[in-house]
Amino acid sequence: MTRATKHRKPDVVNPRTGGTWAYSRTVRDHFFKPRNLLGELPERATYDAEGIVGSPACGDVMRVWLRVDPKTDRIKEFKWRTFGCASAIASTSMLSVMATERGGMKLDRALAVKPQDILKRLGGLPTRKVHCSVLGDKALRAAVNDWFKKTEQYTRIVVEGTRVLDPNTKVTETDIEEAVLEGATTLEAVQQRTKVGVGYPQCLPDVEELIRFYREKYYGPDRA
Amino acid sequence: MGPRTVCRKSLLDDVPYTYLVTLVVYDKVITNIPERVARAVPLCYNDATSAMPKRMCYLDYAATTPLNPEVFRAMEPYFAEEFGNPSSLYGLGRRAKLAIEESIKKISDTLNCRPGEIIFTGSATEADNLAVMGAARANRRAGNKIIASAIEHKAVLSACNALRAEGFEIVELPVDKHGLVKIGDLKKYLDKKTILVSVMYANNEIGTVQPIREISEIIRKFRGEPKIKDQGSRTGAVLPFFHSDAVQALQFLDCDVQKLGVDLLTLSGHKVYGPKGVGALYARRGVKISPLNYGGGQQERRRPGTENVPGIVGFGESVRLAKKNRREESARLKKLRDKLEKGIFRNIPRILLTGGKTSRLPNFLNVSILDIEGEALLLYLDEKGIAVSTGSACNSESLEPSHVLTALGLPYEYIHGSIRFTLGHGTTENDIDYVLHELPPLVKKLRSISPVNLNPNERKETSLPKAFVGGQTPHFLRKKKK
Repeated sequence: MTRATKHRKPDVVNPRTGGTWAYSRTVRDHFFKPRNLLGELPERATYDAEGIVGSPACGDVMRVWLRVDPKTDRIKEFKWRTFGCASAIASTSMLSVMATERGGMKLDRALAVKPQDILKRLGGLPTRKVHCSVLGDKALRAAVNDWFKKTEQYTRIVVEGTRVLDPNTKVTETDIEEAVLEGATTLEAVQQRTKVGVGYPQCLPDVEELIRFYREKYYGPDRA
Repeated sequence: MGPRTVCRKSLLDDVPYTYLVTLVVYDKVITNIPERVARAVPLCYNDATSAMPKRMCYLDYAATTPLNPEVFRAMEPYFAEEFGNPSSLYGLGRRAKLAIEESIKKISDTLNCRPGEIIFTGSATEADNLAVMGAARANRRAGNKIIASAIEHKAVLSACNALRAEGFEIVELPVDKHGLVKIGDLKKYLDKKTILVSVMYANNEIGTVQPIREISEIIRKFRGEPKIKDQGSRTGAVLPFFHSDAVQALQFLDCDVQKLGVDLLTLSGHKVYGPKGVGALYARRGVKISPLNYGGGQQERRRPGTENVPGIVGFGESVRLAKKNRREESARLKKLRDKLEKGIFRNIPRILLTGGKTSRLPNFLNVSILDIEGEALLLYLDEKGIAVSTGSACNSESLEPSHVLTALGLPYEYIHGSIRFTLGHGTTENDIDYVLHELPPLVKKLRSISPVNLNPNERKETSLPKAFVGGQTPHFLRKKKK
C-alpha cells in the first residue's frame, strides 16, 4: 500500500474479515511523540484561525489553530489539541505534518483533504479504529473557513460540499457515498467509518436511506 | 500463594514467549517448565510490536488470571496419560470420571451444595446463557417476565435480548450511583408472571458487591417461603428463580449458596487462577432448565458433550485454593488497593471514583480521569508495562461505552476516561509504587494534548443534553420505553 506498510511488523489479522488489530509503527510514533502540539492555550490573537469539531460526550474533540501566509495562500503553522484515543491523536498529528510540510499546504488543497489521505500516510489503521480518525480533516476545514471569514474572503468559504447529516461530527452525504463505495454497506459499517449519528441519532433514518440508495446505485438492487 | 510479578532477572527473561509455550506443549520431559513459565510469562512478556522486554505490571486480574502452577500440576496427567473418556466403562474412563467427581466435590464443598447440582460448561458466558435461557424456556408456561439488573454481565444481558425476540418480557432493574441495585424497585417489579431474577454477586467493572442475601429474602417472601436457613437446602420449585453471576466474587467472597439463597450461580475457572475454557453453573435441585446443547447423556443431558477433564480438574483445584486463601489474600489486596487509591487521588487532580467505596471487592479500583480518553492512557501505560482496562467506547468493538458505567448515571464524558485497576496474587507493594510513580506524568502528558477541560463540579447528573449538538440526549443514554 504505502511505504509505511512495508515496515509493519506481523499483525493480528482476522482470518475472516482481513481486519487488523495492532497499530502501525507510524501510528505508534505519532501517538507517543505527537508533532506540532499546542503547548499553552494561546491568547486570542496569536493564531489567525481556529477550528473545532466533535464533543467530549461523543468521544473525540479536535481543535486546530492555524497561521496563514496571506501572500502565498499557504498554511504556515498548524497547531492542535485532541481528546480521543490513539488513532485520533495520531491522525491529527499526521495531519499537522501534512499541512506544514514542503512550505505549507495551499488552502485550496487543505479544503480537499480527505480522511483517506491521512489514513494512507499513517499506514492504515485497525479496521475497528477507522471511525476515530475521521474528524481531523473536518477540523482543518473549519479552521480554513474561519480564516476566510476573518479575511473577508466570503466567496472562498466552502460549506461542506453537500448536506451535513450530523451536525456533531459534520458527516455529509458525500461521506456516506464514499463509505459505501469503500464497501461499508450497512449502517454499522458506515458508523464504524464515519461515526455518523453516534451523538445525534435523529439523522439515522436519513443515513440508512442514503446507504440503501448508494448500495443499489453501486452494487445493484438488493436481492430480497 | 501464587507467583509474584516482581521484576526478577532469570535466565528465561531472554527467551521469547512463543518458545516458552512450545516447550510446554511439545516437551513434557522438562517437568519444571510449567511453573517457570507461569512465573516467567508475566515477567518477560513481549507484545508483537515492541522489541524490548519490559517490566510487566499486570493489574487486570478481573480480565483473567495466570494459571496457578499448583493447579497446572493437578491438570497435567489428564492431557495425555489419563486421556480416558469419562463416559467409558473401563478403567481409563472410570479414572477420568473419578477425577471429575473429585473436582465436583471440591466445588460443592465451597458452595455448600449437593454434587449433582453442578453443571460444567465451556465458559462462564455459557453458564450465564444456560441459566437465563434454560430457566426461561423451561418455565415459559408459568410466565414470561425476567428481571435483570442493569449492570449484569453482557452474557446475561445479551441472552435476555435474545429471549425478548422469543416473546419474553425483560425488565431492567436500575442501580444507584454506587452500582447497588434498587431493592425497592425489585419489590415493585415482582409479579405472578416473573420466572427469573438475575443480579450479579460482584460487578466485573466497578467491583460493587450486591446484597444477594437481602435480595433472596425479598424473592422468598414473594414466593411465600420462610426465611433463609443456613443449613439444609430447599428442593421445591416455586417461581421466580434467582440467578446470580459469581464469577468475580468467587475469589473473595463467601459463595455458600445456602446462605446466599440463590437457585442458580455462575462460576468461571480462569478468574480464580484456573484454566480458561471451563465454567460451571450451580442449579439447585428442582430448578427446571432446558439445555442449550443436545447430544449424549453427559451431565444429565443438561449440558451434553464429552467433559473437558483437565479443565474441570484444574477448575476444582483452583476453587479449593481460592477458598483456602480467601481471607489473607483479601486483606493483603485491600491494603494494596487502598494504597493505590489514596496515592492516585493525592497525586492526580480532577479525578473521580466510579462505583461505591464501601460495598466493593477488595481488589477493585475504577476511576474516571477527566479530560483524557481511556484507550490513550491504556496504551501509554502499556508502554510502561502496566496492564489495565478501560470502559471507554474506543476500547470496545461497538461504538458504545460501558453499559455498567452508563447505568450508574455517569456522564458520557466521564466514562471515556475510566480506568480499571484490578489486583491479584502477583501484585506487590513494589507494583503499586511503580504505578504511582508512572501514572501522574502520563496523565499530565495526555492532558496537555487534550483541548477539553471539564468541570467536575458542574455536572453531577447524566450528560447535559447541551453537550450534544441538536440538544438531545443521544440514543444510548435515553431511557428505554417501558
